[in-house]
Amino acid sequence: MTRPSLTKISLTVNGKAISASVDPRTLLVTLLREELGLTGTHVGCDTSQCGACVVHVDGKAVKSCTMLALTADGRAVVTIEGLAAEGAPLHPMQEAFRDNHGLQCGFCTPGMIMTAIDIVNRKGHELDDRTIRDELEGNLCRCTGYQNIVKSIAAGAKAMASA
Amino acid sequence: MYPFKFHRPATVRQAAGLLGRLEDAKLLAGGHTLLPVMKQRLASPAHLVDLSRIEGLAGIEAKGRSLAVGAMTTHAEVADSGVVRAAIPALADLAGQIGDPAVRHRGTLGGSLANNDPTADYPAACLALDATIVTSKRRIKADDFFQGLFQTALEPDEIIVRVLFPIPKKAAYVKFRNQASRYALVGVFVARRPSEVRVAVTGAGTDGVFRMAAFEQALKARFAPKSLDGLTVPAEGLSSDIHASADYRAHLIGVLARRVVEAANKAV
Ligand SMILES: Cc1cc2nc3c(=O)[nH]c(=O)nc-3n(C[C@H](O)[C@H](O)[C@H](O)COP(=O)(O)OP(=O)(O)OC[C@H]3O[C@@H](n4cnc5c(N)ncnc54)[C@H](O)[C@@H]3O)c2cc1C
Ligand code: FES
Ligand code: FES
Repeated sequence: MTRPSLTKISLTVNGKAISASVDPRTLLVTLLREELGLTGTHVGCDTSQCGACVVHVDGKAVKSCTMLALTADGRAVVTIEGLAAEGAPLHPMQEAFRDNHGLQCGFCTPGMIMTAIDIVNRKGHELDDRTIRDELEGNLCRCTGYQNIVKSIAAGAKAMASA
Repeated sequence: MYPFKFHRPATVRQAAGLLGRLEDAKLLAGGHTLLPVMKQRLASPAHLVDLSRIEGLAGIEAKGRSLAVGAMTTHAEVADSGVVRAAIPALADLAGQIGDPAVRHRGTLGGSLANNDPTADYPAACLALDATIVTSKRRIKADDFFQGLFQTALEPDEIIVRVLFPIPKKAAYVKFRNQASRYALVGVFVARRPSEVRVAVTGAGTDGVFRMAAFEQALKARFAPKSLDGLTVPAEGLSSDIHASADYRAHLIGVLARRVVEAANKAV
């Protein structure tokens, strides 16, 4: 077994330049939560199934529990904390989840919202139920039964067009 | 995860050199198979050789009568590619059915083939389309590449560079998903090529992906679902697990084969 040697990485997280020295085993989600204190990104399953850990890397939704922090070297990462500045109005997708009762316990919500924005980026602002449900394949919620999440995403997608 | 050393070569040559030189090294592509098994401590390579910063390993190009897809091309890139859609729409459809959107943003063609999971989707496409797997050392025909459960013809220091898919006259893929894992419970890929018809089945075989010779013969005579009438699939050699029995899988192969031929005929 090799002893872990620290490796230096530089990336941007929510627009801010970050440098860190990481054990190569460090997952992106661990870097975000434990090194940077960005605990909005959750770990639900740690087995790539639930989507609670979804963040954007170079604009694309990825499961941060299934990516090494080293892989994010030189990339731009956006987490739920990066959607709206402290004290500023919420992102339209966040607002839509609030308005449409798209969460109960809230554990899955950061991943749902990051996935939802990625859907809008790829599929546009007019999303039918079928599309939203297909696209949520990798995001699990144990509370809501999904109905209001689907409603929230459709509304948030529309709101993003005029934001 | 057990500790490992991380290497980031800039060329395929350097990567192959590292694989040859280092004891117990593994390639890292999208990491969507390798990282989960490392987290479970089912794999503990001493070295990871990252392919992500090597230029030219990702990309899609139509080259005469075939489509070339780089090993590091993600499932999302294949699913959304206009070039793939125009040349082999069935391949774009297949890529769009792998896992979920976040998995498709990271998982790669090369990783999927090298892993040769018996329930993975791409092996069926490669086998049915008579693809050629181009590696750092040679070219391997799909018929020779897949060698049983998680086994391939790849040597320990060999790297998949790209895959050449000959463009078929017609093709389609139909997948019956395992609702929990999203992998194929059974998936059938059919390709009607100028000289032959090929039918490849994934998800069902105890030895991984395989071709259905009897179906191929029948479809060569006439490419229609009716040609399969009276043909049954023996359950022998098919897998049985908590998700489905061998008999159920055998039945599904027959059902999906009819549907996939119908889909291929409609696609054109
Ligand atoms: C939640 C989830 C759902 C999934 N659903 C599906 C599904 O429905 N269908 C499906 O087919 N797959 C599915 N997958 C698997 C996914 O497609 C993987 O991405 C893929 O199997 C492996 O590709 P990778 O790029 O992630 O490879 P990695 O995990 O990085 O590597 C896998 C193996 O291949 C080797 N390797 C990688 N690249 C090369 C290369 N160029 N040359 C030689 N060896 C190489 C590695 O050393 C490793 O042993 C799923 C995965 C997850 C996490
Ligand atoms: S914690 Fe990453 S997918 Fe569940
Ligand atoms: S709101 Fe509780 S898991 Fe989704």
